[in-house]
Amino acid sequence: MGRRSRGQLGMAPFIELDRLCKSFDDGRTFAVHDVTLQVESGLFVALVGASGSGKTTTLKFINRLIEPDSGTVRIEGEPVGMADITTLRRRIGYVFQGIGLFPHMSVEENVAITPQLLGWPQAEVATRVNELLDLVELPRSYASRPPSGLSGGEQQRIAVARAIAARPKIVLMDEPFGALDPITRDSVRSSYQSLHGRLGLTTIMVTHDVQEAVLLADRIAVMSAGRILAYDTPRALLSNGTPPEVANLMAMPKRQADRIRALTEGKPRDNAHG
Amino acid sequence: MDERTVNALRLLPDYLAQHVLLSLVALALGILIALPLAVLATRHRGLRVTTLAAASLVQTIPGLALLALFYPLLLGLSALSQSTFGIGLPALGFLPSVMALTLYALLPVLRNAIAGLAGLDPAVIEAADAVGMTPAQRLVQVEAPLAAPVVMAGIRTAAVWTIGAATLSTSVGQTSLGNYIFSGLQTENWIFVLFGCVVAALLALAVDQLLGLIESGVTRRERMRVHAGLAGIVIGAGVALTPLAMGTPRAYLVGAKNFSEQFILAELISERLAQEGATAERKQGLGSAIAFRALASGDIDVYVDYSGTLWTNVMERRDSPERQAMLDELTRWMAQRYNVRVLGALGFENAYTLAMKRERAAALGVHSIEDLARHAPRLSFGADLEFLSRPEWKVLKDAYMLNFAEQRSYSPTFMYRALQAGDVDVISAFSSDGRIAADNLELLSDPKHAIPSYDAVLLVSPRRANDPLILRALEPLIGKIAPQRMQEANFMVDRDTDKVSPKEAANFLVRAIGIAGR
Repeated sequence: MGRRSRGQLGMAPFIELDRLCKSFDDGRTFAVHDVTLQVESGLFVALVGASGSGKTTTLKFINRLIEPDSGTVRIEGEPVGMADITTLRRRIGYVFQGIGLFPHMSVEENVAITPQLLGWPQAEVATRVNELLDLVELPRSYASRPPSGLSGGEQQRIAVARAIAARPKIVLMDEPFGALDPITRDSVRSSYQSLHGRLGLTTIMVTHDVQEAVLLADRIAVMSAGRILAYDTPRALLSNGTPPEVANLMAMPKRQADRIRALTEGKPRDNAHG
Repeated sequence: MDERTVNALRLLPDYLAQHVLLSLVALALGILIALPLAVLATRHRGLRVTTLAAASLVQTIPGLALLALFYPLLLGLSALSQSTFGIGLPALGFLPSVMALTLYALLPVLRNAIAGLAGLDPAVIEAADAVGMTPAQRLVQVEAPLAAPVVMAGIRTAAVWTIGAATLSTSVGQTSLGNYIFSGLQTENWIFVLFGCVVAALLALAVDQLLGLIESGVTRRERMRVHAGLAGIVIGAGVALTPLAMGTPRAYLVGAKNFSEQFILAELISERLAQEGATAERKQGLGSAIAFRALASGDIDVYVDYSGTLWTNVMERRDSPERQAMLDELTRWMAQRYNVRVLGALGFENAYTLAMKRERAAALGVHSIEDLARHAPRLSFGADLEFLSRPEWKVLKDAYMLNFAEQRSYSPTFMYRALQAGDVDVISAFSSDGRIAADNLELLSDPKHAIPSYDAVLLVSPRRANDPLILRALEPLIGKIAPQRMQEANFMVDRDTDKVSPKEAANFLVRAIGIAGR
């Protein structure tokens, strides 16, 4: 089982998705259909599934970038629909594949945006910017640069810094590493994983990369056609006894791992399929 | 320096100031309307389609027509507000010009602002929402600065269009750099035309360069360029507008239609008013139909019109009584119907008549319109721009069964040229025109008296009808301008060589009449 199993904490779920539904074509088809999910504090949860399975829509319900047709999202027991929408979003970090750094602002201004919106004192904002650049492992000299002068990996690190600037407890990530090359992706990914642990964040990440989900997440929710097929620890999902659709999806990283192991043990490529 | 250039320079401060004020106000209003509209339009798809369609439609209306359309619209509005609030609106001059130019400035700003806002990277907008910006914060901190370069390009286009189109506002009685062009075209003062075009073009270029500086500053995020551009515009506008701030006393507004005789008479009237210690401002180049309505509604105080013109066009009468009877009836009717005072006839007629080259008329044996009717099917006819649509032409055509092989319209100057060049055989001429004698033309007689008499009469607006100063200044002119004198004065302005300005021709009249001049 994972580091913190469901029973151990014995408290109400931190984030609760309750029977969420969404249709973008007046009810003919459902992008999200009756999705219920409970996430305890401090967990790293991955939403996996094919394109169009409803994982991004589900994620965006949490910070209300999309409003559900029915159902409720609760954070610490409180429905997000009742909260002021900007207050809610300033309390939740958001990182996505498009990165979306403001091109007309310096790195420093980008990182400081949410603290500025919250009206933090200038001195505190300045200190926080330096702290954040350290956290995402970028030199402080980057502060005054425009984002266009940075590499893709550096830009995504800035986006992470911007997301956690106002010390949110929750970070939502939508394919955050999808546009990066494999080496950069691995480095940004492990940086974030350590931040998640150190800062005690609760992270929900959408990805179509099952291997990434297995490597990073404490829990994986497998989605297909707007429904959640399974929600469990990676270990449990990799073991036998899961529904065939889930088993199929989970078999891929396992097969890859087996192949790599076989290669490193010196067996010829042809026999790898076993 | 050439005397016409000196004249042009003397008028420059006033023309430029009015032109800059008009363009500035129209552009500012256009921006103020277009930007919020663009923001709304990007939020609501339906609004976007309708506003863009409406703005594009306005753009297809020729500038001159758009200005002309605002005149009757404002007349109607003025009547309405007069009856409900007791306050009339000026239907000529600044107001219609500003309204038309504002509409003109709208489209480029609107189109670019919508394109700029709609073309923003969706990822950046998503990020702005996700970090917790309110819609207003998103607009001010993200959308506006990112769309600014595209919006500035639109403002630049609008500025150049507005400055160019503002020259047309002369035709609805607003002083602008167009005054050089309109009056220069009529009196064939090409220095004036050129001067007006060059100054308007230089103004447009300068503004375009300064706005371009701001645009590049916004694009490259260099504050210095933006500030330099803004400073240039503020200083330039300040200098150009200084003559207006100096202030002029409330002036008498003297109207003139768009031909030489009218320019000369307006100068003559202004000269007389100045003699009595009043200042006079001229509203020149008014369309024939606009001039009377402008007087009746008080947009101008005094101008000269012609009895036959008023008889057929304003009173809508189709008979043509004897000269004095017509004048008496006109005076009575004007006072009763419009409270307009007919001060009296100046002493000459400017009748619509038909004219041919003397040799050509002799060769065909044509001396009257009756003779002409027999040859008309083989002849081509050149008319001025309004004659063919005036009731006089219909009366004349019906009376003599005139049926020309071909009919063409010209501005007066080019009409005489066309006759000389043989492009047309017969033209509609004004009997007081100096070119009739100079070009050796024969005026065809009107044995059936189909065309009424066209005595030049001085008209005074209801507001000034009993103004003692106007009476003192203008009564000495009544009955004093002989047809010969007017023809000579007109020819001094219209001839090809040795032309003089309308003002000098007016001075010639002053001397000829023998009243005191300066």
